[in-house]
Amino acid sequence: MGNLSDPILQQLLGGIFGALALGTIVGQILKRRARSPGARETVANMNQRIMSWWVMCVVFGVAVLTGGIASIVLFALLSFFALREFITLIDTGGGDHRALLIAFFIALPAQYVLVAVGWYGLFSILIPVYAFLLIPGVLAIIGDTRDFLRRTATIQWGLAVCVYSISHAPALLLLDVPADYRGREALLLFWLVLVVQLSDVLQYVFGKLFGRHKIAPRVSPNKTWEGFFGGVTCATLIGAALYWATPFGPLEAAGMALLVALAGFLGGLVMAAIKRDRGVKDYGELIPGHGGVLDRIDSLTFAAPVFFHVTRFFY
Amino acid sequence: MVASLIAGVARLVTGAVAVWLVPARGEHVRVYFANHSSHADFATIWAALPPDLRARTRPVAAADYWSAGALRRYLMAKVFHGVLIDRAGGGEAATAQMAGVLRGGDSLIMFPEGTRGDGRVIAPFRSGLYHLAVAVPEAELIPVLLVNLNRVLPKGESIPVPVIARLTFGAPIALEAGESKSVLLERARLAVMALDVRSKPTEPSPER
Repeated sequence: MGNLSDPILQQLLGGIFGALALGTIVGQILKRRARSPGARETVANMNQRIMSWWVMCVVFGVAVLTGGIASIVLFALLSFFALREFITLIDTGGGDHRALLIAFFIALPAQYVLVAVGWYGLFSILIPVYAFLLIPGVLAIIGDTRDFLRRTATIQWGLAVCVYSISHAPALLLLDVPADYRGREALLLFWLVLVVQLSDVLQYVFGKLFGRHKIAPRVSPNKTWEGFFGGVTCATLIGAALYWATPFGPLEAAGMALLVALAGFLGGLVMAAIKRDRGVKDYGELIPGHGGVLDRIDSLTFAAPVFFHVTRFFY
Repeated sequence: MVASLIAGVARLVTGAVAVWLVPARGEHVRVYFANHSSHADFATIWAALPPDLRARTRPVAAADYWSAGALRRYLMAKVFHGVLIDRAGGGEAATAQMAGVLRGGDSLIMFPEGTRGDGRVIAPFRSGLYHLAVAVPEAELIPVLLVNLNRVLPKGESIPVPVIARLTFGAPIALEAGESKSVLLERARLAVMALDVRSKPTEPSPER
């Protein structure tokens, strides 16, 4: 698993913390220079985000470094917080209580135990097959038929997005990688999270700088074509430039990064559509400047399973 | 120590987000009155208070429920310092008991609906709040809205689901000169309901 003596990991970590340090310095300079109230607010929000990035990077870095189990526990916790935010947002009633207990306290831990023990077969069908059948079954036994289909579907969808999809990120540690890459699977996870998050940040930055044409104004007023092309292109280039941290060649890494950035973009858009549907701004208030956990990992929910399966298929 | 442990667990399980529309510290003793839909209600309010105020804020609870069983008795007596009201004992005795606590410098948490609801409708308030306002006019009556507690731990369930609860502490209301019992109680009920932000439309926001 992750090992601090691995020069590749050292360079990645050095790069990330270097970038954060740079961001922090720039943020402090901008804070001094900001004059108008609008500019001050933007800079304050940016600095708050950078601080949160520090915390998130340290937590993620420590988890990857200390090995597989720590990463699995971290993603299980992320799933837990994400599912809690998702369920909070939908209208569940007393009739859903037992089904929710199953989702939170049986399906979620079981999914991550399967990652930990490396049981790929059951890992890939636990939620799409067994939870899919058990949850409507429990709801039917409880007998509340009001909005039955909507309640079944939303609980199942929450599990699929917040638990099943996210669990594909630590499941990268299970992949049967080429012999010369063995022992470095954690780097693959690192690379995925880095590309997805950079793609998000860069789409935001390009959108702020050059954004004119909105992609889906009713869903997400800040997603623009300029931000999309700038962010996805840069994330693809960075992903390709970091090919040495992956089992891929430079071109393959570029293709993978492009795929991951596109899937992540769709994920962000879909999760934003749900927020609009429910009439909220953020999924939660856990991470200052970012909203909830689900606001931060929305792109990863789509990118992780796609990346996992494409990698599994080709390598 | 048990108290801060329980407060921590309550905050963790309910993920409670507390919104203060009034300073957390007032100049006078307070009566926090809230809608009631779960056994987790008062622990949630209590856990949201600053730690030093927790020791001086006591829940008003039904004696018959909280005297049944050693654990309940222990929690009420030693941890929450609950004010146990004998439901059969009549209103005057209860008011005198609660007013005594307020005059002694401790604040109260009470649920004027008297019983747990389904979390959707707030039932008409019982008269205890009014009598207390008359007996101890300097006490600040703070409306508290609890949202999602009925989803964390609905009636009849024993294992909580970790849905994020939200509690909002509103501006105090006071008994006005000549105000009748029914008018004050309805005003208090509306003050709790008015803290519900879910009914307000939200604008699409800057992307996170």
